[in-house]
Amino acid sequence: MFDTLLQNILNALQWGSFYSLIALGYTLVYGVLRLINFAHGDIVMVGAYIAFFISSLLLGQYGMPAFLPGWAVLALTIPLTMALTSVVGVTLERIAYRPLRRKGANRLYVVITALMAGLILENGNLLVLGASRKKFPELIEKVVYKFGSTYVTNLKIGVILTAILSFIGLHFIITRTKVGMAMRAISYDKFAVPLMGIPIDTVIVFTFVLGSSMAGLAGILFALSYPILDPYMGMSIGWKAFIAAVVGGIGDIRGAFAGGFILGIIEISVVAVFPSSYRDLIAFSILLLILTIRPTGLFGVAQTTKI
Amino acid sequence: MKKILTLILALIFSFMMIGSGLAAETIKIGFNIPLTGEIPKVGESSKFAAEMLKADINGQGGLQVGDKKYELEFVYEDNESKAESAVAVAQKLIDRNKVLAIIGPNSSKQAVPAGEICDLNETVMVSPWSTNPDTTLDRPFVFRAAFLDPFQGPVAVDFAMAQFKAKTAAVLYALANDYSKGLAEIFKADFEKKNGSGSVLAFESYGDKDQDFSAQLTKIIAAKPDFIFLPNNYNEVALTVKQAHDLGWKGPFMGSDAWGSAELMNLCGDDCIGHFFSTHYAAAGAQGETKKFIDRYNAKYGYIPDDVAALTWDATRLVLQAIQESGKLSGKLRKDRKTVREAMANIKSFAGITGSMKLDSQGDPIKCAVVVRINEKGEFVFTKSVCP
Repeated sequence: MFDTLLQNILNALQWGSFYSLIALGYTLVYGVLRLINFAHGDIVMVGAYIAFFISSLLLGQYGMPAFLPGWAVLALTIPLTMALTSVVGVTLERIAYRPLRRKGANRLYVVITALMAGLILENGNLLVLGASRKKFPELIEKVVYKFGSTYVTNLKIGVILTAILSFIGLHFIITRTKVGMAMRAISYDKFAVPLMGIPIDTVIVFTFVLGSSMAGLAGILFALSYPILDPYMGMSIGWKAFIAAVVGGIGDIRGAFAGGFILGIIEISVVAVFPSSYRDLIAFSILLLILTIRPTGLFGVAQTTKI
Repeated sequence: MKKILTLILALIFSFMMIGSGLAAETIKIGFNIPLTGEIPKVGESSKFAAEMLKADINGQGGLQVGDKKYELEFVYEDNESKAESAVAVAQKLIDRNKVLAIIGPNSSKQAVPAGEICDLNETVMVSPWSTNPDTTLDRPFVFRAAFLDPFQGPVAVDFAMAQFKAKTAAVLYALANDYSKGLAEIFKADFEKKNGSGSVLAFESYGDKDQDFSAQLTKIIAAKPDFIFLPNNYNEVALTVKQAHDLGWKGPFMGSDAWGSAELMNLCGDDCIGHFFSTHYAAAGAQGETKKFIDRYNAKYGYIPDDVAALTWDATRLVLQAIQESGKLSGKLRKDRKTVREAMANIKSFAGITGSMKLDSQGDPIKCAVVVRINEKGEFVFTKSVCP
């Protein structure tokens, strides 16, 4: 009984880490722009594919000589993927969201644009790479550790640690640095900030870089843990991570971090206690209940809108 | 104005093309197959097998029906592995493409609803791969080339009891998939009948597009069953088996025919080696016509054909044989579709590359199942054949 409990806590922490990493990306963009970037789940998918191509290239799949061991490939793949994924995110902002913002379009239209951008990414991928699935290479030797009858892989530990470290890193950037202060200021008052001489577009681009590199990181870790890639892989986890961000209080990165783990823990523990066919039904009823009691989410603050 | 004129001219021209096509006497067969979505490899296998068959017959000048030769025309439509798209595709093939008969859909999730449409529109449909009984049940126009789940379930139970000396089992199935859910329930009922109630220690499910099964597997492994039964599609199997090994599972898995895709070993790798599944034919060690088919397919497309490819070959040949046996086509589509259906129902026996079969009154074949083992080279090796 105790072993199963411990095993389930580890499962929940791993699964929650993915929700947290993805929810962080949602909440960063929302916090600064008040934009729900529904394409975020698909940016995670793009990140996973980018990681797939980089690591295959480095492993000598496309005629390049393979000269690096697996761990070195991984060490190179992570920063490269994060960089390339943020290029995708920033491009999306440049061609899809910024023109609308310039024209002063209602936020609703920007959200719809984000949804469409997500569909374009999915179907573009389907068209370019075809429908058959890709198998992500095993970059590091998988080690299964055994404690009593609890099993944990080195990958699982890595995922959980990465989620925690990236939260700490982001928290530092936002609360302790100048650019973080600018991000908070824009979220506070979008119209007064440019008057103070703060380059608002640069800060927004930086936000997208941060958010998308989180998505890239989540994509690599996801591909390592669930090594089968398909163009729709980001959809369902993206939506669920968005819900996690809302439950945590969207706009606050502590909320996204906590919300992701809460959703992971709820999902796993529902399966552990009830028949697994009820998982989503019970899990989301609980989240609905949390939102009914605290409509702004756990860390959210109520906002007044000036007209 | 000029544009409109060009358009009209183009339209007239294309109508003339269609007209001339009709004059050369073609037979149109529609394929309702998943070229994208959950199981794209299944659609690809179907299409490749059909293309090979078409090239064979058209190469001989066409299909001989009575005293006339007809050229074959195959229309491939993608049902995206979705139930609603399969219904739309069936309707489109019947109304717009005006096909004589339809092959597919492949999985039961799409074949059950699409069968309804074909039956209502009185068009022969043959599903190569669907094993759920509801596909053909009380539908005179719907047939299939695969065995049924009420047969496959007990095959898996008996094999596991003999091979693993199993007294207990656990099941993990996909809730949103008719095939998986139906087969899981049949398996559970049969296993408990033979081993006493409660011998299926865990009966767990997961939802559409799920990738993490750790909670369900933790529950299953904690129950300590003798083996785990996975009646799921190959892509989910690859994830499940890996995660189970991460959680310390060292026991055997037993699978069903949905494992048997050519892509299983690409996705699953070493984790799947040594496990067993029930299927329609075993490629490794095949003989006669079956071997000829496998070799030609392998030479043309570069991989060993999976069971879907072989079953599509059989299903299409079944329809073509029925068309030939109907003796004569009148050229009136509705009448010809009924003639083909009569001829299908009258087929006494058929020697397919997945074994010889007879069609019963429901349109279901009576044929044998095989159990294969995945060997160290990733080949599916014949282990046992079970006949009804």
